[in-house]
Amino acid sequence: MEINFILNQVPVRLVVDGQTPLLWVIRDMLGLKGTKFGCGKAACGACTLLVDGQAVRSCAYMVKFAEGKQVTTIEGLSANGQLHPVQQAWMEEIVPQCGYCQPGFIMATVALLRQIAQPTDADIDANIANVCRCATYYRMRKAIHRAAQIQSTQIQES
Amino acid sequence: MKPKKRKGISRRKFLVRSSIGLGIILGAGYLSKDLFRRYLAGYFNTAEPPYLGNTTDPSIWFEITEANEIILHSPKVEMGQGVFTGLAQIAADELEVDAPRLKVVHASSASGNVDGVSTGGSTSISSLWTPLRELAATMRQMLLLRAAQLLDAQPAELKLQDGKVLLGQQTLTYGQIVAQTTTWEVPEIPNLKPAEARKWVGRPIARLDLRDKVTGAAIFGMDAEMPDMLFGAVARPQHIGAVYQGVDNAAEVRKMPGVIAVYENSNFVGVVAKSRMEAENAKAALKVRWDIPRIWETEDIEALILAGKGTSYEIQRNGNPKYYFKNNEKQLIKAEFFSPIGAHAQIEPNGAVTHVTKDQAVVKISTQVVKITRQEVAKALGMDEEQVDIQPTYLGGGFGRRLHTPNAIQAALLSKAVGKPVRCFFDRREEFQNDTFRPPTHHVLQGQLSDDGQQILAIEHHVSSGDVMYGSPLIPRLAEPILGHDVGAWRGGMIQYGAIPHISAVSWRVKLPFATSWWRSLGLLANTFAIESFMDELAEKAEQDPVAFRLAHIQQDARGIRLRKVIEAAAELGRWQQGASEEGRALGFAASTDANTPVAQVAEVSLEGGKICVHRVSCAIDPGLAINPDQIRAQCEGAIIMGLSAAVYEAMYVEGGQLKPTIYGPYRMALMKDAPKEIDVRILENADSPGAVGEPPLGPIGAAIANALYRLTGKRMRRMPLAEEFNRLYIK
Repeated sequence: MEINFILNQVPVRLVVDGQTPLLWVIRDMLGLKGTKFGCGKAACGACTLLVDGQAVRSCAYMVKFAEGKQVTTIEGLSANGQLHPVQQAWMEEIVPQCGYCQPGFIMATVALLRQIAQPTDADIDANIANVCRCATYYRMRKAIHRAAQIQSTQIQES
Repeated sequence: MKPKKRKGISRRKFLVRSSIGLGIILGAGYLSKDLFRRYLAGYFNTAEPPYLGNTTDPSIWFEITEANEIILHSPKVEMGQGVFTGLAQIAADELEVDAPRLKVVHASSASGNVDGVSTGGSTSISSLWTPLRELAATMRQMLLLRAAQLLDAQPAELKLQDGKVLLGQQTLTYGQIVAQTTTWEVPEIPNLKPAEARKWVGRPIARLDLRDKVTGAAIFGMDAEMPDMLFGAVARPQHIGAVYQGVDNAAEVRKMPGVIAVYENSNFVGVVAKSRMEAENAKAALKVRWDIPRIWETEDIEALILAGKGTSYEIQRNGNPKYYFKNNEKQLIKAEFFSPIGAHAQIEPNGAVTHVTKDQAVVKISTQVVKITRQEVAKALGMDEEQVDIQPTYLGGGFGRRLHTPNAIQAALLSKAVGKPVRCFFDRREEFQNDTFRPPTHHVLQGQLSDDGQQILAIEHHVSSGDVMYGSPLIPRLAEPILGHDVGAWRGGMIQYGAIPHISAVSWRVKLPFATSWWRSLGLLANTFAIESFMDELAEKAEQDPVAFRLAHIQQDARGIRLRKVIEAAAELGRWQQGASEEGRALGFAASTDANTPVAQVAEVSLEGGKICVHRVSCAIDPGLAINPDQIRAQCEGAIIMGLSAAVYEAMYVEGGQLKPTIYGPYRMALMKDAPKEIDVRILENADSPGAVGEPPLGPIGAAIANALYRLTGKRMRRMPLAEEFNRLYIK
């Protein structure tokens, strides 16, 4: 079937089996490799991206459901080389180790901060449920709080 | 100062790739006649294990472009441990280049810079500490001598600064020097910088791969591509011990949409298709015959693993503990401990992207064993190793899972069959069922206090484990009878308290029906869980404070002093004397020494609604000289939570002949909500050279949590995972 959606602000039109997971469309057909495969069953969160601002585990999200929607991947976060506040916080806290799961966590955090601008530790525990085998959770928590701070400073300034 | 003459200098080879015109390549071969034994000896007993590079071809390390881009081709792979950054810092000081300006890339095997063993065992930095500084210093000297010629000056008049040579107002970049040079004068190895002159070693600089890893630009094995790449899939067994017998419907599957080939040999069947979905569908349609000789259950494995079965070897012996166990029953205590099967569960599945043509093969892959991957692919294709180029990518986690890569062989055979590039990866179920697991263990400990009940007179540890080292392609078959014991399984199994007069540690080998192998820190987590839990039991019997009791059993030698200092530092950092910070919480203590790096940890634990909650972990580590303190902290933080995950939650079980669970979630791992909110790390540097970092901090955490739980509940938990054991003890 023909599918139309907006990927990182760019309109995309393609012919594909509508049941194909969005992850594979983005990685294999559209060539964006920042969104990762971990489990294929929406259990680890490595493939997290945003559909209309909501965090979605794209390995188990059929591409047909993206019809007409705004899809944002890690590549779409940093417009014009300017890092998103969440990425900036990740840099400042030097979070990644192997780095494989990090785009998924960053996207999940972007979605969380859209819902809760100043999350508490309990909010973070309840909403960030991806898996990181290097177990960088300690720094990720610090980075999430820092990202919230950066965002609120930016909002005050603008 | 006289240049240092070093053994082997005459055999050092330098290669200048003048045909490129822009590149300078410098290399060195480190020769050793007795590589393997030295490696093992170094690996386990010294802070500075030898680096085993290629011994026949010159290794290739540095490349400088005309634009003055300075590239370090690393034979060690980056799997999160921060090795690229550490190596850059080590090289930067001698090369007179700012470390963040160095670009570090994976050396392809065709470049010749192939590690002789692996990236593993927490040895990358320690083994390269001296060789890499010497390489960098030699290269700096080459550039300096050549610059002196070009500027018509004496070398002593020149100043070096961040990749440039300065003479008054004149400047030459390293790249400009290279562009004007075809032959090089190769000096003796210069003197290395004294500690006080180092600018980059010791600084907590940001990881060099940081930006790529937060923007999604970093390329892992699974992201690698080749033009006209096809999608492969291989049918893998779901039962323990299943042997491939054949496939019944190859011709039918061949006709399915998008399918280009069904490849069969005596070991496996695979498909190649135009798209991922078509490959997956074709694989699912294969009717594969497996011979399953036996349906295993968890109880069968538990019965196999008991100490006293299998073969044994005494790995440590002081005095005569048996004598004392017999003669003083009243001060004797005995306890048993268990650890379960553990999965690697790294997030990036195994696989490879390969292109095999008539006379060469290219493999893009996440591997910890570039050399073995190349050997195995070459053998399977009937090629010489020189015809196979392994191009490592970033690893989406290593943890020992990529110390064997038979998946590369399968991908290569599929590519050969269709004559086009093929990618072929595991799915998650296949990862969980075909892992090379951390073996389950059983420990029996006996301890005997002195007549006054104050000190340990004798202690004995029997550890029974599935194989870690045995069966690994890293270890030549020949080594098994020579060593007689599995150095991986007993890692951490020796008693580190050398002042105990009578000590025995015995390693039992059990052959399990599924593959077990290297898992970050090997036997360290389970052995330390057993020994350090038991130390608390002995301290209680002696009515002494667990920390003071440990300190009282440390010997007065260099190793002992370093252990004492980390124990004291962790106790201080963790406020051991003051006790838990809130009512309803308790502190637990444990220490371990792994690869000559002592680590001690204090865990503050409570029970929240019947669930184990670790609030705070304080960790002191002495890895010797700290190359990058921030990355040492990062490794400690990660190892603590990964160790917590394994000790409290993780377990594979066997049901109906299958290893389960096969997905995250049911394979319960520590998540954000389980991670301690506070982790403090103190780095001690009581050695002049850098030692092991990646694995040692995984040692104490399991025992520290179990010891805290005992102080909290009065129940001694002797079986990992602790959450399951806690439920068993309380809910029954």
